Amino acid sequence: MGRIGYFLLYLSLGFVAVFQIFPIVWLFLFSLKDNREIFAGSPFALPSEIRWENYLRVWEGGIGTYFWNSIWITGVSILFTLLFASMAVFVITRMKWKLSKLVLGLFMVGLMIPIHSALIPLFSMFLSVNLINNPLAIVITYTAYNLPITMMILLGFYYTIPREIEEAAIIDGASLHRLFFRILLPISAPVLSTTAIINMIYNWNEFVFVNTFISSDRYKTLTVGINNFVGQYMTDWGAIGATLVISVLPIIIAFIFFSNKVVEGISSSAVKG
Amino acid sequence: MSNKWFITLYLLPALLLVGILIFIPLVLTGYYGLMRWDGIGAMEFIGLTNYINVMQDGMFWQSAGHSGLLAVFSTLSLAIYLAVSMILASKIKGSDLLRKIYLLPMLLSSVAIAQLWIKIYNPSNGMLNEILAWFGVQNPPLWLADPNIVLYSIFIPILWQYAGFYILIYYAALKNIPESIIEAAKIDGASPFQIAYRIKLPLIMGVVKVTIVLAIVGSLKYFDLIYVMTGGGPNGASEVMASYMYKLAFGTNNFGYGSAVGFMLLIITLIVTVIIRKVTADKEELQY
Repeated sequence: MGRIGYFLLYLSLGFVAVFQIFPIVWLFLFSLKDNREIFAGSPFALPSEIRWENYLRVWEGGIGTYFWNSIWITGVSILFTLLFASMAVFVITRMKWKLSKLVLGLFMVGLMIPIHSALIPLFSMFLSVNLINNPLAIVITYTAYNLPITMMILLGFYYTIPREIEEAAIIDGASLHRLFFRILLPISAPVLSTTAIINMIYNWNEFVFVNTFISSDRYKTLTVGINNFVGQYMTDWGAIGATLVISVLPIIIAFIFFSNKVVEGISSSAVKG
Repeated sequence: MSNKWFITLYLLPALLLVGILIFIPLVLTGYYGLMRWDGIGAMEFIGLTNYINVMQDGMFWQSAGHSGLLAVFSTLSLAIYLAVSMILASKIKGSDLLRKIYLLPMLLSSVAIAQLWIKIYNPSNGMLNEILAWFGVQNPPLWLADPNIVLYSIFIPILWQYAGFYILIYYAALKNIPESIIEAAKIDGASPFQIAYRIKLPLIMGVVKVTIVLAIVGSLKYFDLIYVMTGGGPNGASEVMASYMYKLAFGTNNFGYGSAVGFMLLIITLIVTVIIRKVTADKEELQY
């Protein structure tokens, strides 16, 4: 291929890159401007004066609460999902029993179902046990709905663990609990971190469960919070921009530091075809 | 402790959660569909009335049609993603960084994406109309308020959101093709296009089929982005199955009828999944 050919290839890749990244850059730019500058100036100009006060204003206006709710709900759900998924995958892959294939199949069917079909019964179930407007409802729902995909990613790893490791542990007199908590859980740390990243992205960005089960501002997470917030700040673009940037920042920071893990996690979550 | 108890103990948390919060609600959706129910008061059994009404509900079929249209767009856009991946996988410097840039939108919440694109489409200060003005476009359409184009306007952010995801998958598959096959084809005098179309594409066909399933089934479940961007409007022009169900139940307290629509969504998704799996099933897996 000639020089011109390569030039055209780079040009097209560059075009796609600009398309992908520019809206995010534009968002960041207007989050630092005030309305006068947004409405009068060019949308692509750098802010004449950087207005961090947009961020301070929305943080103190309530985004702070949503932010911490997102952090702890995401974190606690990840811990439960990883623990329960590991326990289930351990007994499914490493022990011999009759119904293991059937049980595994049941979990994997969970990958296919549209969550919206379960929404009304979930709502009425939570209503009847007084869990509506209770963050516990969100934590257990996130845990349940992330179990199938987490188990699927863990399966591949557990199948490759050599038998010798377990046999050695059993000969040394270790109990099954010890084998799981002291040996298998630690050696699965790399794949656990991949599933943790995937869970983090799902939980942090989830919208419909919180929107349906939580009504009080005290327990709302960022996705639902920003949606209400934006309505309230209707014409204040700077505030809206700052709100959106705050909501996406943790994920983007995680991506910058763990980009290879994110890429690995997203690729392995896709092969559920 | 016997192994039996150990297995039960370790399986129970996951099994209970998935059973109670995923499988039981799916069955209940079908059951609630047989009721007249406002969500709070007593249920009244009305047989198949709701399901018969769904079948004759023009609004439902319109929403299903929109979901289907999005599925078609998503499937067609796979060709673009595939072309980009082919270029990216052909000894390009910086392909690693580019792939990560492409992936960025995929990490944002659909709500943030929807809010951002509402601003991009804004008639007076949006990014899109400013760019179009440079090219001399005087009267750009009302992107989200025009019922004839709203579905296309919604599809652009979907394309934007998922591009990196599919490119990532295709790139990984293409990188798995042994270099020797490509070299052999080059020695035989094959052009880059012939190599892409006749050699690389057939070799990654298995992955392409998986992505077709993902794109179609994913489209049938779209909700967040549309709910936030247009709420299904204007006048139902961007309503999809999930948003229609949501509106019926949580908007108008029509929980019985909403459940029937939710159950139809489940059935349609399962049927479509089975059909495309059958259609795309490998008759003979290519080996290399």
